[in-house]
Amino acid sequence: MNNLLNELKNLFKASDLEHKRDDLVFITVEKHYLPFAIKLAKDNYGFRHLILMTAVDWLEDGFFQVTYLLRNYSTKKDIGIRVFIPRTEPVIESIHNMWETAATYQRELKEMFGIDFPGSPKINEPFILEGWDDIPPYRRDFDTKKYSEETFFPRPGRSTNDPEEYMKKKLYPQEEKDV
Amino acid sequence: MFKEDRSKFPKKLADGSFDIDLESHKFTKIWQGPQHPGITGNMSLELIIQGDEVMKCTTHVGYLHRGFEKLIERRKYIQGFPIVCRICVPEPDFNEYNFAAAVEELAGIEIPEKAIWIRTLVLEMARTASYLMWLGGAAGSLGMGMIGQWTNYLRDYMLDRFEELSGGRIYHMYILPGGVRNNLPDGFKQRMLDTLDDIEKVMKDVDTVLMNNAVFKKRTVGLGYIDPSWIEPYGISGPNARAAGVPLDVRKDAPYLKYSELDFEPVTGKDSDAFTRTDVRRKDLLMSIDLIRQILDKIPEKGDFIAKLPNVLNWEIPKGETYIRSECTRGEYGYYMVSDGSMYPRRVNVRGPSYTHAIALMEKLAVGVNISDTAALMVSLHTYPPEIER
Repeated sequence: MNNLLNELKNLFKASDLEHKRDDLVFITVEKHYLPFAIKLAKDNYGFRHLILMTAVDWLEDGFFQVTYLLRNYSTKKDIGIRVFIPRTEPVIESIHNMWETAATYQRELKEMFGIDFPGSPKINEPFILEGWDDIPPYRRDFDTKKYSEETFFPRPGRSTNDPEEYMKKKLYPQEEKDV
Repeated sequence: MFKEDRSKFPKKLADGSFDIDLESHKFTKIWQGPQHPGITGNMSLELIIQGDEVMKCTTHVGYLHRGFEKLIERRKYIQGFPIVCRICVPEPDFNEYNFAAAVEELAGIEIPEKAIWIRTLVLEMARTASYLMWLGGAAGSLGMGMIGQWTNYLRDYMLDRFEELSGGRIYHMYILPGGVRNNLPDGFKQRMLDTLDDIEKVMKDVDTVLMNNAVFKKRTVGLGYIDPSWIEPYGISGPNARAAGVPLDVRKDAPYLKYSELDFEPVTGKDSDAFTRTDVRRKDLLMSIDLIRQILDKIPEKGDFIAKLPNVLNWEIPKGETYIRSECTRGEYGYYMVSDGSMYPRRVNVRGPSYTHAIALMEKLAVGVNISDTAALMVSLHTYPPEIER
């Protein structure tokens, strides 16, 4: 594991190393080094199981974080390779040639976050949302509450509590009295 | 099964797929689903068949998308735990555990010893209940309805135990960040042991009727062969991998909760077909019963079952990210959680094993299978669609 981390640092200028647990490490690489970093981990260091790949939307800072979690079955260690890409140009190189399942993850990311992976199989076909024409719904600027209020309408005769107020009353009655 | 030299099959293209021309009227396209006999939930298969053999299979999901990951982002951490269990109906507890463990790790909370034992117990109970339901489905997909009735009444006994533990039969909302919601009720241990005895007794009958059944053997031996070399490219885990002889089990590889103190060996098979996968799951169920007995012996009588938490309505979790995994009945179930230091999670991503099994792998395995066996094939991969689309 340490050899891999050193090599990633030296060859691909990896940064932000974070030892989460004994068996889990996160590291950030630059976008244009990403396929090489993953290939290095997979072919030379035995990280051959793609656990998942997913995206995080940092709307305030204007970028997407894409995380690739890999596992080495023989040493029983995990590595999370992070890459940050600008929200204005969400394109990353596809890794479907390394794992068959990567195509499914990439298809979902394209649909849910609008991150493009050119060349990935069926990348432009709808995966979960058929006939969706709004902005990709897992982005932070998509307002789910507004969408559901516009799309669906409440059934008459139902009352609802504000969950937070209700929980406050139930969980911390004393605090409620003090205020 | 498909043999290359049979003249009725179409030519193969360079990429290994069949040269299918729907206009030639030699092929039929049919849809199985969204109410598909092979799965618990809604999902459909778009099949192109010639005669009664599948030439091409495409999986379509999206019928159960409720946007859980987005819903969790809009709620405080403590409000997340009643939602996550809904991601998987037959065994919600793995979601609860993964979510709670991820929050605890990010917040740096230690949970009491007794809560760890009760969590281990609940996860094994969920595994038993889920396997019982699956066995019924596996037999039912090949027309043996009786076994489903036997195993489902046994599952109901297990749900009774869940009910007295948590108040809920299907969704328990029992494991929450900090520990578990309630102590074990009086006399729980004895009632649990009685239930386990009942299950074991009927499992002997299931073994006789299902595993020795000529029809079951004839239709499942050789069906849906998974080569061990596919495990890494296709991300296969759990019983599907163990049936191929690869002992992948998170309980052993990365012991969580109290699994390092329990005595067990992952069950493996060697033929890697639908029959072996059934056998592996059946043995895994029996192992799970043994594990519950071990846990009941070791569970401490006294002690807290929940840690003291700060005011959960103003609970700010330090910035960070983590990945928590556990072994559910289908394989590796994981939660990737990112916190930005606020009271709301920035992102929660659910890694369901069905995600890899039901799409890329199913589309590969279905080619060449007789159309009447697609349900059995689908069941043998053990798929729950809600965890694909979350």
